[in-house]
Amino acid sequence: MNVLLDNLPLYATAFWGTIQLFVLAAIGSLILGLVLAGMRVSPVPILRSFGAGYVNIVRNTPLTLVFFFFAFAYPRLEILDLSFFARACCALTLYTAAFVCEVIRSGVNTVPVGQAEASRALGFTFGQTLGEVILPQAVRSVVPPLTNVMIALLKNTTIAAGFSVAEAGGIYQNLSERGYDVLVGLLWVAVGFLILVIPLTLLQRGLERRWSVAR
Amino acid sequence: MTAVLYDAPGPRALVRNRMLGVGGTLILAAIIGFVLYRFIATGQFEPRLWSWITYKVIQITLLQALLATLQAFALAAVLSLVVGAVFAAGRLSDHAWVSRPATAIVEFFRAVPLVVLIFIIYFGMSRSLGITVSTFTALVAGLTLYNGSVLAEVFRAGVNALPTGQREAAYALGMRKTQVMTNVLLPQALRNMLPTIISQLVVVLKDTALGFLILYPELLYQARTLGSQGQLGSPILQVAMVIAVIYIAMCLLLSAFANYLERRSRRSGKAAKPAAVAPGDPELATAGAPDTKA
Repeated sequence: MNVLLDNLPLYATAFWGTIQLFVLAAIGSLILGLVLAGMRVSPVPILRSFGAGYVNIVRNTPLTLVFFFFAFAYPRLEILDLSFFARACCALTLYTAAFVCEVIRSGVNTVPVGQAEASRALGFTFGQTLGEVILPQAVRSVVPPLTNVMIALLKNTTIAAGFSVAEAGGIYQNLSERGYDVLVGLLWVAVGFLILVIPLTLLQRGLERRWSVAR
Repeated sequence: MTAVLYDAPGPRALVRNRMLGVGGTLILAAIIGFVLYRFIATGQFEPRLWSWITYKVIQITLLQALLATLQAFALAAVLSLVVGAVFAAGRLSDHAWVSRPATAIVEFFRAVPLVVLIFIIYFGMSRSLGITVSTFTALVAGLTLYNGSVLAEVFRAGVNALPTGQREAAYALGMRKTQVMTNVLLPQALRNMLPTIISQLVVVLKDTALGFLILYPELLYQARTLGSQGQLGSPILQVAMVIAVIYIAMCLLLSAFANYLERRSRRSGKAAKPAAVAPGDPELATAGAPDTKA
């Protein structure tokens, strides 16, 4: 108990860093994932193959490796001098965007084909079909797995702690230097993540139950 | 679905698609070209920076690191399958005093990030309780607990997705609860869920890279050690590229295996298909990612 109360500012800053990373990476990956999903379903073969290639490669790469590249190897390329935090955001965004793309794509695919065919038969254009018919129905199949991806993103932000980003995973080093009990300190970090993750999980379960489609 | 979203392109659509294709190719080529240009401009393809590959000692070190990665992966995979089966049986149990704690434990291990779990086992145990835990044990234990919980959910979903007729017929034949589970339900659930299970094993393989954070001598750790050697010119980018190829090749192999199994089961189409669970679901985290995973 002392560990938490004595180090409340430390915990607060660290978890604030986690939340900042999470929000920035979530927004970035949603946008990039949407773009990738659009590329994967577009009628242009080049964009389709690039999207498929990107998703397949990134989904089979460890996130630690992506972080490793951005933390150690990226400075050698001398492109833009970014802080550790910005590089961590980039790594998380690029990694999670692949999963977001797959979720969106499979969500669009769960909408029965007859919907698209009927709207074509009624003379809807591509934009109208997507905007008025497909996407509103796809939201039911997309949002629960998307919440899952966001929960995974929240947990993945802790890897940034191994690369000098001031966030929740690095608290134990500070505590250890000050001589506090590391185990209790880490357990409080775990409790903090429970508090962050469990509402998201409950939200996801609730959405799944309300929006599940009987097949 | 995507084939239905647009008609066969007419003359204007053909021109538009071609322009989009050309524009998209130009943008992609520009991005990739810029990255390559930066690589060449900072001299990343000089032979001096690649000479480390020719040294036998380094080759052997990398192979040992690969072996260490695969050892951690194999043990964690087997143990997480066992733990997953045990906790799934616990969650499916009729007795509340078994199912409630099992549910709580599974939810706890799924909510805690894998990194924090590994830190708790490695740093928490050794510094606070005085129990020395090797990096290997900490990594494998963390991986087992986390992926075991995820696999417990997968098994439970598999058993629940079976047609209720199976369970009813088994009870009608006079089998007891345990016999129904082990002889009728679990084998079918396992076969249906095999692609998802293998995808989760891909996540286990990716998450062995987290051993790097506690200095377990696996591939990434060796990459950093090698990459910071001044004598070889600090070839961190080169080593990272080679390690990335190794990791991606291993994971692609496993994922291809999962896809092959999924295609096989879809062709035979005998048993009931569970609700659409995307392979490689981000239980992840982790890294990956399911939950990802990373």
